[in-house]
Amino acid sequence: MDTQDEYQVDLGNLMAFDPFHHFTSMPSSREELVADCLSKGTELVQSIVSGIFNLPSTEDIDGPLVKLPPPTTKLPREKPLPKPKPPTRWEEFAKAKGIRNRKKDKVVWDEQTGSWKRRYGYDRVNDDADIPIIEAKMTDEPGVDPFAKRIAERKERVQKQQKNQLQNLKTAAKAGALPSHVQLAATALPITGTQAAKKKFTKDELGNVAGLASTATASGGKFDKKLRGEKPVKNQGKHRKFLPVVEGSGIGSQEKEQTERVLSKLISSNSHEILNVDKAVTMYNVNKERKRRNQYGKPSSTRNEHGKSSSTWNEHGKSSSTPSKLKPNNKPMKAKSLPNKGKGSFSNKGKGSFSDKGKGGFSDKGKGSFSKKGKAK
Amino acid sequence: MLKVKTPKNRRVQRELEKRAPRLVEKGKKTLLLQGTKTSNVLNTVLSEIYHLKRDNAIRYTRKNDSIRPFESGGETSLEFFSMKTDCSIICVSKAVRQLEFGSTSKKRPDNLVIGRTYDHHIYDLIEVGVENFKRMDSFTYDKKLAPQAGSKPFIVFSGEAFESVDELKHLKEVLLELLRGEVVDNLNLAGLGRVYVCTAISSNRVFLTHCALRLKKSGTTVPRIELVEIGPSMDFVVRRHRLPNESLRKDAMKTAKDKTHKKIKNVSKDALQGKLGKIYVPDQKLGEMVLPNKSKGVKRERREAKKKNSTNEPASKKQKEDS
Repeated sequence: MDTQDEYQVDLGNLMAFDPFHHFTSMPSSREELVADCLSKGTELVQSIVSGIFNLPSTEDIDGPLVKLPPPTTKLPREKPLPKPKPPTRWEEFAKAKGIRNRKKDKVVWDEQTGSWKRRYGYDRVNDDADIPIIEAKMTDEPGVDPFAKRIAERKERVQKQQKNQLQNLKTAAKAGALPSHVQLAATALPITGTQAAKKKFTKDELGNVAGLASTATASGGKFDKKLRGEKPVKNQGKHRKFLPVVEGSGIGSQEKEQTERVLSKLISSNSHEILNVDKAVTMYNVNKERKRRNQYGKPSSTRNEHGKSSSTWNEHGKSSSTPSKLKPNNKPMKAKSLPNKGKGSFSNKGKGSFSDKGKGGFSDKGKGSFSKKGKAK
Repeated sequence: MLKVKTPKNRRVQRELEKRAPRLVEKGKKTLLLQGTKTSNVLNTVLSEIYHLKRDNAIRYTRKNDSIRPFESGGETSLEFFSMKTDCSIICVSKAVRQLEFGSTSKKRPDNLVIGRTYDHHIYDLIEVGVENFKRMDSFTYDKKLAPQAGSKPFIVFSGEAFESVDELKHLKEVLLELLRGEVVDNLNLAGLGRVYVCTAISSNRVFLTHCALRLKKSGTTVPRIELVEIGPSMDFVVRRHRLPNESLRKDAMKTAKDKTHKKIKNVSKDALQGKLGKIYVPDQKLGEMVLPNKSKGVKRERREAKKKNSTNEPASKKQKEDS
């Protein structure tokens, strides 16, 4: 028993501690050190063992059983202490009123069927489905189905109970004493506070989805079995179609056309880049210069030369595949040819227009007037 | 709006109930995992600890880059693992690579971080270097002595450093919790067979070894004990440690009030007078007490008539009062 006082022994943990042990001289080798430690350990274990074997034991098939005292070494907990559950609204009320729980039988005598039935649950007494007749009373409203009313009332009671349960769970959660297997999950954002109503699908939407689903096979639903009287699906969704690459008579040419259309569209939209503006401007300038020189030098031959030059311009413009190339060059051409043509046109126009107008106007009026005058004469 | 979510099947519910906090706890589960860097020695240490604690330990065998227990932010994934596995003791292996200092190369040894969690948050940490490790295979002994798996071990500490040095005091507590196994009420004496021997060699070095017990007859009911080393054995060199926050510690040290000892009211003990009891006498209500009507001012005939009436009628009442 000397050792018991010397060592701190915790029988609950089967632990012993010698707080006074120290090496008087450090052992020289590892083996000696281990041997020292083991001899000290043996003493300590012996003290625990003597403590345990002196405890009252009971015989068991496997060996003597000993009831250990609780551990004395204080160790930290793994998890915080469980908090007591706050009383529910009913428990508070019952306490205030002094209502005590009384045991009820699980089974009740059912007079309608003449048998013992469960009080609650499946095949219970007074089940809604079991009642064949509800006697009419004087207070009954006409036009109300008593059976439906009974079911509705029961549903209401159940809903109320669920609401109360949730309320009690909320208070328990606030106290941090929610049962471990229960979680309270938010069904809506706390800001809005309202639960979004579940969206009901319209018939059209369902039809569209069904159409999409029916074509979601490798064959696009071509070989799927159709039910008798099944209508063709409405919205099949978009599927890419590939035209044959190999040239043929019918669809084969479509592929080529398609690519050509795309290409021409691309080129035409980007065609302004094909025009070399610098070149066009220099050409215009050169031509203008040449024309000016010709006018001053040989006025007679200008027309011919010019006509030639204009024709070459035109030819050049026509030969190029893009008509747009002509556009900027046409303008200078017009400007150049104007003085030549202008003479003619002015003379022609001036003559024609004056003569025509003068003739017509005068003739109409004059004639009529003259003739009338003449006749009158 | 709130919705009540409950497990879909009974198995999940049982599992959740197992994880719920309880008044009296039954030992902690251990999670053994590797940190950013690990070495061969540390892997062996972890797997041998796992082997010894197989009944309530979980071993992870992948590297975990995000685990740096002593650094801020490095414990998040550790806490997550603790939550996931429901383990409260965590051993992280952490080998530091060889560092070159000029011409001499100094090798920093293999570190093992042992930590505890409270409510799945790091409670305390201690970092120990493992040296002179000898694995189980290297010990030769009579295989008959090999202890049964899952048997409750003895734990023995010796050395004054365990009480005088803070780090070792801390280490002692952590080792006790790591090695002690499940907390039991009843112990089978035939199942006892192993000891962990921890000895403080110096102020920062602890020698830990695992031994088998050989029980020998001594002539009395208490057998004589001999220790046979069966390994593993190693030296722990304490490096860093982090003690728990004082308020957290206070919270974690709370224990359930023992319900078996019901407080006895109105009984006190006195050295001189011995056991004393207090008796509360309810109010006698003398003012309300009914006295026999014997007023002398009433005429004799009336008095007798009254007496006669009272004896006739309230005879039953009187009986009630008696009972």
